[in-house]
Amino acid sequence: MNRTYILLGLILAVLLVLPLMLSKYMLGIFIMMYYYAYLGQSWNVLTGYTGHISLGHALYVGIGAYTSVFLAQRYGLSPWIGMFAGGVLASLIGLFLGFLGFRFGLRGVYFVILTIAFAEITRLIVSHIDALGSFTGIFLDFNPSFKNFQFKGNIPYYYISLGFMVMSLIVVRILETSKAGRFMVAIREDEEAAKALGVNTFKYNMFAIAVSAFMTSLGGCFYANYIFYLHPNTMFGMSLNIELILRPIVGGLGTLFGPVVGSFILTPLSEVSRAYFAKGGMEGLHLVIYGIITILVVLFMPKGIIVYLKKWLKPILSKE
Amino acid sequence: MLKVHDIDVYYGDMQALRNVTLDVKKGEITTVIGSNGSGKSTLLRAISGILRPKTGSIQFNDKEITRTPSSGIVEGGISHVPEGRQLFPTMTVLENLEMGAQFSHMQKSAKKTMQEVFTFFPRLKERLSQKAGTLSGGEQQMVAMGRGLMSRPRLMMLDEPSLGLSPLLVSTIFEIIKQINESGTSILLIEQNVFQSLKISNHGYVLENGTIAHQGSSDQLLGNPHIRKTYLGL
Repeated sequence: MNRTYILLGLILAVLLVLPLMLSKYMLGIFIMMYYYAYLGQSWNVLTGYTGHISLGHALYVGIGAYTSVFLAQRYGLSPWIGMFAGGVLASLIGLFLGFLGFRFGLRGVYFVILTIAFAEITRLIVSHIDALGSFTGIFLDFNPSFKNFQFKGNIPYYYISLGFMVMSLIVVRILETSKAGRFMVAIREDEEAAKALGVNTFKYNMFAIAVSAFMTSLGGCFYANYIFYLHPNTMFGMSLNIELILRPIVGGLGTLFGPVVGSFILTPLSEVSRAYFAKGGMEGLHLVIYGIITILVVLFMPKGIIVYLKKWLKPILSKE
Repeated sequence: MLKVHDIDVYYGDMQALRNVTLDVKKGEITTVIGSNGSGKSTLLRAISGILRPKTGSIQFNDKEITRTPSSGIVEGGISHVPEGRQLFPTMTVLENLEMGAQFSHMQKSAKKTMQEVFTFFPRLKERLSQKAGTLSGGEQQMVAMGRGLMSRPRLMMLDEPSLGLSPLLVSTIFEIIKQINESGTSILLIEQNVFQSLKISNHGYVLENGTIAHQGSSDQLLGNPHIRKTYLGL
């Protein structure tokens, strides 16, 4: 166990000094790695631990992004505060969705459809509200300052996104070892048995979706202030819904480091191949590669890459 | 101790139980026998609050529990060991047992209770850190029953504990059920293994197509020609 912490500490130390030797382009790739690891982890809280599959988590990304940007542009509220307003709003909407899903016992595919419907409906609504930029989206003005959550160059974003990812790991680790986390796993493994033992499954399902939505929406605020442009189709759209869940699935669902491992593998691949194929006029081919990798992992490593990684690392980590 | 009075239970439009009335007396083993689809599991699920009866009432120690949520029913002293074990496969045996002690008064005495569980199932002590999913069928049944005991129930409901076990193990499990009963826990047993379950129980009910077709003391039922013919093939 001690060795695990030492290894993690070493990795973190390397990641902390990395910006000194990386180009701006490479920094961008790392930021996306951390960002998607963070989103994947947030999604993992609900789907990985309680087993309720959400295919509409872009909803919370969008809510986080739009809420913080709207509050900043309209009322001059710092995104550092607006981000939490977005989190609360996302939690409330998640709780409403959860209420419908869990109270009426929607399972499997039906729960999935509910989550997609919520994301799509919100996308359409936002596309028609002028105050939110309707279907042309919102451009952010560039006013770099800490208060505005906007910075020159990529280095501050690098550290913020790394911080987000590390925080999410800490939160999920605490959750994993808590009573609530144990009950969430029990729900995933056998919801009815958990109920028969007296677990208030409704309460813990609602808890999971609220935490997951809150965390996801903070990521949305970060992303908005990193790319300076919001569009309903990219913030609430189906492609983000899918992007978001691929990494934890490939890395290892319901595990602490699965989303991180998945993101460290898939994100660079996606970014590099996207850039590479865009030059050759074959935009979109990177998605094909993505699809193939996901299929291969699901076929040959159904529990995710993390299981194999743990096996390889075992000899190093288990020694005294 | 447990009084089920005239309940009707539905799955959507389909009626699964019709006018079911049943008594479990304190300190006894009561068996409900019946073939597949006769409504046995439905009855337990209705008592433990997972399903709601449309009409009728359920009382436990003279307290109305028909509308009590399942967590309240467990807290009140009824534990439900579901059919097919339904363990949490990636959790260890210890974690599975701990899941059985949900409420603070159960957690306080959890260590002591666990020792009592080990007196019934010494095998579990050796398997504590093993993942429940990797155990054999008989061991899994022991974990499921042990988990059900962790809430220190006054009434334990067992749904087909002999399902999928070898004849020798079935005898062992029934022997342990008797011991648990002798230590002071009343038992409501649901079984298809008619002969063995009636042999250890005091009272029996026969459920056919969602209604109680026969009832009586276990000896009476074992002597009933209809039951002998239909369920024992004699």
